[in-house]
Amino acid sequence: MLTLERIEKIYRTDKVETVALHNINLEIDNGEFISIMGPSGSGKSTLLNIMGLLDVPTNGEMRLEETGITSFGDRDLARLRNERFGFVFQTFHLINDLSVVDNVEIPLLYRKMSGAERRKRALQALDRVGLASRVHHYPSQLSGGQQQRVAIARAIVGKPKLLLADEPTGNLDSQMGEEIMDILMGLNTEEKTTVIMVTHDSRLAEKTHRTVRLFDGRQVN
Amino acid sequence: MIKNYVKIAFKVFMRRKFFTAISLFAISFTLVVLMVAVSILDQLFAPMSPETKQDRTLGVFAALMMGKQDINVGDVGYAFLTKFVKTLPDVEAVGMYSVSSTVTSFKDGFEIKSQMKRTDGEYWKILDFKFLEGGPITDADEDKANFVAVINEATREKFFGNEPALGKFIEADRQRFRVVGVVPNVPVYRDIPSADIWVPISTSQDIGYRQNYVGGFKGLILAHDRSDFDRIKHDLTSRLHSVPLPSSLFDTFDCVAETEFERSTREFMGESYSTDAGPGGNAIRSYATEVIGLIILGAILFMLLPTLNLVNINVSRIIERASEIGVRKSFGASSRTLIGQFLVENMLITCIGGIIGFLLSIMILTLLTNSGLIQYAEFHLNVRIFLYALGLTFVFGIISGVYPAWRMSRMHPVNALKGVVR
Repeated sequence: MLTLERIEKIYRTDKVETVALHNINLEIDNGEFISIMGPSGSGKSTLLNIMGLLDVPTNGEMRLEETGITSFGDRDLARLRNERFGFVFQTFHLINDLSVVDNVEIPLLYRKMSGAERRKRALQALDRVGLASRVHHYPSQLSGGQQQRVAIARAIVGKPKLLLADEPTGNLDSQMGEEIMDILMGLNTEEKTTVIMVTHDSRLAEKTHRTVRLFDGRQVN
Repeated sequence: MIKNYVKIAFKVFMRRKFFTAISLFAISFTLVVLMVAVSILDQLFAPMSPETKQDRTLGVFAALMMGKQDINVGDVGYAFLTKFVKTLPDVEAVGMYSVSSTVTSFKDGFEIKSQMKRTDGEYWKILDFKFLEGGPITDADEDKANFVAVINEATREKFFGNEPALGKFIEADRQRFRVVGVVPNVPVYRDIPSADIWVPISTSQDIGYRQNYVGGFKGLILAHDRSDFDRIKHDLTSRLHSVPLPSSLFDTFDCVAETEFERSTREFMGESYSTDAGPGGNAIRSYATEVIGLIILGAILFMLLPTLNLVNINVSRIIERASEIGVRKSFGASSRTLIGQFLVENMLITCIGGIIGFLLSIMILTLLTNSGLIQYAEFHLNVRIFLYALGLTFVFGIISGVYPAWRMSRMHPVNALKGVVR
């Protein structure tokens, strides 16, 4: 589904050149649940951002369902992100000024869809993550686990093929973390959503199909 | 989507009420000043009753005699108007009127001061007064020196209270006139049609005016079409060399046909004549281009400060909303979409400021009208000014939103999510 070949990411300033990723080769199939692990600064989030089209590699090729996307422009990348990807962030990144359901609707704003249809899908997504009773609450009124579930609902409302989660349990206690992990695994097994998750937690990584390990920007397995 | 943008726009405004209040104040204050200024300019120069044919009317307002050491500048003389302006070919009408003079009347022992103009019959054909009673002074009245008068509403009230005035008599400037017409009051800033009492030129007690080439009168030329202006101006200029000069002290006579706006710019710039010949070869020249340029420059500079203020506040808001921008980009908002969102938000606050400014402008203009500072003043907003205001608001919103929106769209989603703004 997603193929990365000889991916490199280099950050250059006037004085310093930093190689964040070097020669990353990866192939991700439909329906896989992959974890990415490594120490801090190993390039995990950088790799996830590149896979999610939030960042562009300095060198290398990327293909999504056999279509080369490395040279796509801003509008095409935005469209692809909207149609194929969903994102879950460590710090949730909910918009505090919007209610829960308005937050979940955000990805659908950038599709041709009626307001009624958007609202219907958002409510379905919230129901999927068990938050149907919190629709009109605001993020500040929710616990951390609930906020992350809203973020997952937002990520899946557009029925993406790929869900990218950057340390989704990093800001949660173990019990809430387990709940979140259960939701992600449910999405993977029941809806065949491909999930790529960055994590520090080896117990969570063991539950995934395979683990990609990084060290100093290189794959080590 | 627009509903979502509007919702979040209000939330953002309420998040920082103080900055929102500053922005609204800056926008509304700027628009109030500009709308009041535009309204005043509109009242001064736009075609309106009785100057409905202003777009094809030229005036002959000033004459100048110049010698090596002597200059005589003033209004135009009766003789010049009758011999050189009234005889211009291919024009629809040429009218004359005297400079306003203050005349005294007495009614029931009380003194009434009025502004009187003396006119010919053509004056009333060029202007488009709506008569409340009766009709205008005619060519026959002027030819026969009939002691008739047209008065305005205010004068009717002073002399006759609420009674009709037609056929009644008034005394002014130690002469007795029969009222043949009553017209609405005209604001004093509309110099050509403004007066309290109009009477025929030929009723003037001093007949010396007939020989004068400079002084006491002004002329109006009604063209068939505005496109005739250049030809008329040229025709008049080409006749000037034959104007007889009253004294060997002078060797040049100059006079121009000009629009009211051109005359105003000349007087505004404080220089009624120039020793360097203007574009038509005349010593009397207008400064229309310069004044329009000054007005536009003034408006731009005046708008610059609040625009920069709003740009600054908007940029701060964007930095505050970096995370939101990152999220939106992550979920598929393109740069163009984000620019559109931000411009909608900015237009919203600009429109609110515009509405406040519009309402305040109405209040201020009403106060100005009712203050009595300017006699018979009628400052108000009309559809044209409302559209100018709408246009200004729109331009204001776009200009103050474009740069911040562009900055927002350029944010890298990864940096935005981290709250890093470059």
